[in-house]
Amino acid sequence: MLNKLPITNKKAVRVAYGETLVELGGLDQNVVVLDADVSSSTQSKLFAQKYPERFINVGIAEANMMAVAAGLAACGKIPFVNTFAVFCTLRAGDPLRSVVAYPELNVKIAGGYSGVSDSYDGATHQSVEDIAIVRSIPNIKVIVVADATEARLATMAAAKLKGPVYLRLSRAEVPIIFDADYHFVFGKAHELVPGDDLTIIANGYMVYKALEAVRILNQKGIYPRLLNMHTVKPLDEEAVLKAARETGAILTVEEHSIYGGLGSAVAETLGQNYPVPMKIMGFNDRFGETGGYDEVLAKMGLSAEEIVRNAENLLTKKAKR
Amino acid sequence: MLTAEEVTRLQTEAAEVRKEAIKMATRAGTGHLGPALSITDILWILYSRFLRYDPKNPAWPERDRLILSKGHSCLALYATLAKKGFFDESLFQTYCNKLHTLLGGHPERDLPGVEANTGSLGHGFNIGIGMALAGKADHLDYKVYTILGDGENQEGTIWEGAMAAAHFKLDNLVAIVDRNNLQVSNYVDRVMNIEPLPEKWASFGWGVKVVDGHDFHQLEEAFSSVPFVEGKPSVIIAKTIKGKGIPFAENKVEWHHKVPSAQEYKELDEMLGLGAL
Ligand SMILES: Cc1ncc(C[n+]2csc(CCOP(=O)(O)OP(=O)(O)O)c2C)c(N)n1
Repeated sequence: MLNKLPITNKKAVRVAYGETLVELGGLDQNVVVLDADVSSSTQSKLFAQKYPERFINVGIAEANMMAVAAGLAACGKIPFVNTFAVFCTLRAGDPLRSVVAYPELNVKIAGGYSGVSDSYDGATHQSVEDIAIVRSIPNIKVIVVADATEARLATMAAAKLKGPVYLRLSRAEVPIIFDADYHFVFGKAHELVPGDDLTIIANGYMVYKALEAVRILNQKGIYPRLLNMHTVKPLDEEAVLKAARETGAILTVEEHSIYGGLGSAVAETLGQNYPVPMKIMGFNDRFGETGGYDEVLAKMGLSAEEIVRNAENLLTKKAKR
Repeated sequence: MLTAEEVTRLQTEAAEVRKEAIKMATRAGTGHLGPALSITDILWILYSRFLRYDPKNPAWPERDRLILSKGHSCLALYATLAKKGFFDESLFQTYCNKLHTLLGGHPERDLPGVEANTGSLGHGFNIGIGMALAGKADHLDYKVYTILGDGENQEGTIWEGAMAAAHFKLDNLVAIVDRNNLQVSNYVDRVMNIEPLPEKWASFGWGVKVVDGHDFHQLEEAFSSVPFVEGKPSVIIAKTIKGKGIPFAENKVEWHHKVPSAQEYKELDEMLGLGAL
């Protein structure tokens, strides 16, 4: 279920994730956790404190970590690999592709500090291309987490799924959108707000921005449908096509490049099956930068106001068809 | 040999660099202060006595290059570059404090004096190898200096590069390992032991010296005897103290990415004379 706006309760996604790792550690002896010297950032340190014998800090050596995880998985372990999203998809990208994904080993890859959530460290520590990378590699399932509640549910789901799963996490303290009744179903879009004027499809922190935008749009008499597309791969094509048929216009919003992420996935589906006016909001072929989190996002055009503006533009396009 | 006066002067000036680093971090409420303070003396003696550069012409082809491979220590680099005239000290105010600042959380080439966008560990050193190769190809006699973290030595790319630099006989390349014994999560030897470090570098074909990274005499002696071995790249393993200059931060793991609180700043102000932020 959805918490009502305005939401004042916040919790860091990374903390919820770290707590869930501990929970998983108690449920399954095969869960092992790896980190590359950033366990205080990823919060895998919570697991390290509880289960030191099942925690492996490989040092600053991400490529090594990924291949070691493959070996552990090949021996029946369920390794959770932790580092910044940029390092686990790019620094360790080759072993992720060729020794984890290709043989479909049961490795869970937790991309911490994704998007620009590590805003002050600048572009080298931020990640706006990770989804494009993992989405293009066969056998990897991709989940983007929106808040602390979803972080827990998605992590539990990832552990149950067989094969490689990429969990996109965040450093940021973000509003808790979902209450305890929230039903997370891997691979299924979650309809947060019903509506027929157009559909906004978002994931990650952008779900909250989209909720704010919906509130503004409602005041203007516009009623969009809002889908939380937490699973980017496999994409819930049925929900996308249903939205296209029923609302006639689609706006996607993500904290990621406009290339290769959620927007691309949705566009691929629409373009080949049921084209309707659409707009992809995200990083317009550019790197992030140093600054406050919301400040950097706003500069990239990722704010409730910009979502509203783009929604209105889409409605105009839809009316002209 | 440095005279006693020269040493005192270097110490006094390096202390000023430290103060600016502390002030920037405190003002912005973010930054990697501990890692900056361990390399301040190294940077200062290099820019004061060894590097060839013209701050008014930062793109001068014959300049020596310095690459901060452990890019997160940029606070010390920013303060040093400004004090050496690459840009105005008023820019300190913008450190992580406004969008599109030139003084971000990691160094970027847009800032005069910065040679490489570092931050992703285990690459800056290798960029330096490319620059050293280019120097040889262009028959320019510049040197390339790169500063690495000790934890950074855990990255495989460092050893790929160490092998390549020796293979290509890059005696115009100098690596400095900031051996402060700490990384983010713990002491380096507890996370992933890198010793025997001098022997490792030597076995990869490098000339090696181990010095106290806060002793200007030892640093002077080491930098003036580069290359240590004809036809080989040189590495200086500099024993340092993470957080050097902030008594309560020295050798403390949490000061990797911690900044002084208001109370701590007051304390430091009384101790070091930092002045208003
Ligand atoms: C490839 C990569 N992995 C991880 C990080 C995150 N990180 C930033 S600083 C740091 C520790 C560096 O330790 P060390 O090299 O010993 O330098 P120190 O800060 O101790 O001087 C880590 C792991 C990074 N910047 N780049």
